[in-house]
Order: sequence, then C-alpha cells, then structure tokens
Amino acid sequence: MIRRRETPKRKQSTRSSRTGVLNQLAAWLQHHRLSAADSLMRVIESPAASLLTWLVIGIALALPVGLNVALDNVSQVSNGWDSPAQISLFLQDGAADDAVRELEAELAARQDVTASRFISREEALEEFRELSGFADVLANLEENPLPNLVLVTPEATLDEPAVLALRAELEEHSDIAEAVLDMEWLQRLNTLMELSRRIVLAVGGMLVIGVLLILGNTIRLAIESRRDEIVIVKLVGGSNGFVRRPFLYTGLWYGVGGGVLAAILVSGALWFLEEPIANLALLYESAFYLSGLGVMGALNLVILGGLLGLGGAWLAVSRHLVHIEPQ
Amino acid sequence: MITFDRVSKRYAEGHDALREISLHIDSEDFAFLTGHSGAGKSTLLRLIMLMERPSRGQVIVNGQDLAAVRPRGIPKLRRDIGVVFQNHRLLFDRTVFDNVALPLVIAGYEHREIGRRVRAALDKVGLLHREWAMPRALSGGEQQRVGIARAVVGKPKILLADEPTGNLDPGLSAEIMNLFEQFNQVGVTVLIASHDLALISRLHHRIITLQQGYLVSGSSQ
Repeated sequence: MIRRRETPKRKQSTRSSRTGVLNQLAAWLQHHRLSAADSLMRVIESPAASLLTWLVIGIALALPVGLNVALDNVSQVSNGWDSPAQISLFLQDGAADDAVRELEAELAARQDVTASRFISREEALEEFRELSGFADVLANLEENPLPNLVLVTPEATLDEPAVLALRAELEEHSDIAEAVLDMEWLQRLNTLMELSRRIVLAVGGMLVIGVLLILGNTIRLAIESRRDEIVIVKLVGGSNGFVRRPFLYTGLWYGVGGGVLAAILVSGALWFLEEPIANLALLYESAFYLSGLGVMGALNLVILGGLLGLGGAWLAVSRHLVHIEPQ
Repeated sequence: MITFDRVSKRYAEGHDALREISLHIDSEDFAFLTGHSGAGKSTLLRLIMLMERPSRGQVIVNGQDLAAVRPRGIPKLRRDIGVVFQNHRLLFDRTVFDNVALPLVIAGYEHREIGRRVRAALDKVGLLHREWAMPRALSGGEQQRVGIARAVVGKPKILLADEPTGNLDPGLSAEIMNLFEQFNQVGVTVLIASHDLALISRLHHRIITLQQGYLVSGSSQ
C-alpha cells in the first residue's frame, strides 16, 4: 500500500523541488528569509539582553560620530575665517598727509580690496591707552611710538594665496613700511582641527574594533547556547553555510539596532545642545546654527552598525562554528 | 548500496574499533548489526555517514567512494541517509512539526511541499495528531517515532539506526521495528545497530555480528 502511494510521488517531487538553478536559488533565498525572521524573533524574544547589546554598540558608535558632528560644526564656523579679514599696513614715519590720501584713493580703486580705514597714530595711541591699561606708562613717553596705520579688507572671495600676494604687493609700496597679515592663529586653528580629527578617527577606530569584538563575543555565546542544535543540523545534512546563516543575521540585527540607537543618541545630544548654542550664536550676532546628522548621516550610521554586526558575527562564526562537529 | 572493503578504524589512543571489516549490503536490504557494546557497531555507522573516516580500507555508499568526499561534500552525502539515534537528538525548543521538517528545510523544499511531506511522515509513524506538540511533552516511544519521521521525511535511500529501541519496552520496540520494515518494503535500505538479540532474531533478517572490532558472522547474505 505504501509502495503504491509513495513511489510516483518521490519522482515527481524530486523533479519539482530539488533540480534547476532557479529552484536552488529560490531555496537559498527562502532560507535567508527564514533565518532573518527567526534570528529577529530570537533577538526580540529576549528584550533585556538585546537592549543591553544594542546600547553597548549604540554608545560605542555614538561617541566618535557625535565628536565628528561637533568637529563638522566647528569647521563650519572656522570656514568663514578661511581668508583673514584684514591686512594691516604700517606707514612710513615720514609719509605726508597727501601721500596717505593718495594711498587711500589708490586702495579704493583696487578690485581686490573692499574697504580701507585710516587710523592715525594719535587715534591708535588713544585706543591703546584705553584698552591696555598702561595709561600711566604711556603718559611718561616722550613721543608716540605708534605708526600711522591703514586697515585693508581684502575682497571676500580671495583665497589664501591671493591674499598673500596682495599683501606682498602692498608692501612694495613706497609709503608702506610693513604689511602684516596675521595668519598664524588661523593656521594654528586649522592644525588643531586636523589633530582633533585624527584623534576622533583613532578613538573611532578603537571603538569600532571594540564593537566588532563585543558582537563577536555575543555571537560566540549564541553559538555555544545552540551547540546541540548545530550538531543535529549538521547530522541531518546542514551545510556550514546553512548553520552559519542565522548567526550572521543575529549579528546583523544587533548591529542595525545598535546603529539606530547611536543615531538616536547623537540626535538627542544635538537636540539637548541646540538651544544654548542658538542663544550663544545670538549673543555673538552670528547666523550659526547647529547642523545635525541628517537623514543620510543617520542612515550611514545604521548601515555601519549593520556591517559591523555582520563582521563581528563572521569573526565568531568562522572561529567557532567549524569546531562544532557531531561526535 | 553499502560496501566495506577491509576497513579498519584505530583511534588516536591506540584502540582498534574495527579490524579488517569487509561486507556488502545490497540495495533494499534489511540488516541488523549486533554485538556487545564496544564491538564497533556505532563506529561502523559513523563511518557510513562520515562522522569519522577509516584508518584503512574503502567504504562505498550509494556508489560513492567516501574517501573521495571532501568536507564540503559531507552535508550532501548525509542528506541521502536517514539516521535514527538512540537518544533521539531532537530540537527541544521546536515543535514536532519543525523537528521533522528540518531535513526538508535544509534541502530547500518549498513551504507547501514541506507541510505535505511532514504530515505524511508523521502520519506514517502515527503522530499526526501531535504535530504542534513540543518534544518534551511526548513519551520516549513517541520521541523516537518523531526521530524516525525526521529520518525518513527526506525519502532517503538508506536508513541507519543506532540502538533505536535502546530505552523502550518490548512492545514499543516491536512497533518501532515494524515501522522500519515498512520503510524497507518501499525500497529503503535499512541497517539497524542493536544488541537486543531476542528482538532481532524474531524478525528473520540478515544479522551482522561484530566482536571486538572483528566481523564474526553475516558478512554476506
């Protein structure tokens, strides 16, 4: 009775379910779907443990990313200062008033200069007296040590070499003793920014490795807790790929969840800082506003988390799964 | 279907589990493998499903020389062999249905086909009404029948069993053996390791006897 019922069925289903590249692809995709859903269920079914893992990954990712966002904001501010606002022209001691007026007219005619302001040595001394607090000392001086000064504002669109060239050209002028462009502070700022970026990169790199190891360890524990199951699956013909898949998806879910949490943490921190920074910017009469992660930034963070999750899982799986063989 | 040609298995610690075994089991045969514990029954079964490799000699299963099967090829070989274990080896966090479905999921059968085949296999072992039960809720005999359903659901050409009645009372044991005979009748080659001589001598099938690693009787029919 059994024979009659089974024999034709075996042939038919062998043909319909196991042959053909397309069928194999469909089976492969189906197992991916099953593994993904099953792993997600397992992650969700132990919410406390999963939340802890997500938090660890989220914080580890949020730190460097948050610092990076902060740096982006600082460099957004400092970009406005890329070309120094002013060149100070110290005039020759003996320059006559006519010569000064002539120089001012000459500067006004130039395309690459937006404004110039003459500050006489008397004005400069007065200003210095008020601001420096050395009034008594200055009163004892027999003569005014300060030169006449013209402050020149270069055209805003000029880049750094162009401003440097302008400075050199102005210094050639016969009435000008010295033209000073104060760039050092800007170079220092830029160097500092570069240094900070590297520090963030180094810290980020270490934290990324940390995340990989944490995930690897989490997956290793998952593998250990399902050792019997792995043995049974291998006994009934499960390939390494088949056994590996659910663990890779588990890593992916941990990583993606961590990435989402990291994005939330960074956005939360920015929201927390937004108001005081807006107030500060107002006090400085600046149009500065805090720029956040953005949708793409958040998405990148989630993708990064997912990749790290896969990577960590891969580390664990390639190290531990091969050694679990039926005994 | 299964051929052993002067097969020896020596373990690292110097213990000889099998010595110069030569035997042949034809397609659609039904054979028992017997002997005291430690005689080499389990080792012989483990060689067939490549849980281990012989120290010397040649094993041919279903026309394939196992020495030529690389580690990557082992899963495919195992998919063509149904195995029933003494301690059932069920997944205790999955339902009976999911346990039986495992080989089909691995082989990549389509969802509806899996449902159909699993129910057919459960029906055959008389457990269709327990398909959504968890294995722990089943008796020992029922768990063993789930193990058998899982072994046959993929329609293997070879069915191996290692002490399938080890923990069962005589009545249940006879029922289990009857199931194996039914599968043999539809063309499955069956090899059962058992030390329950009283039971297997009643069944009038070929009996292969091992003693301290040597084949002492039943090398051919």
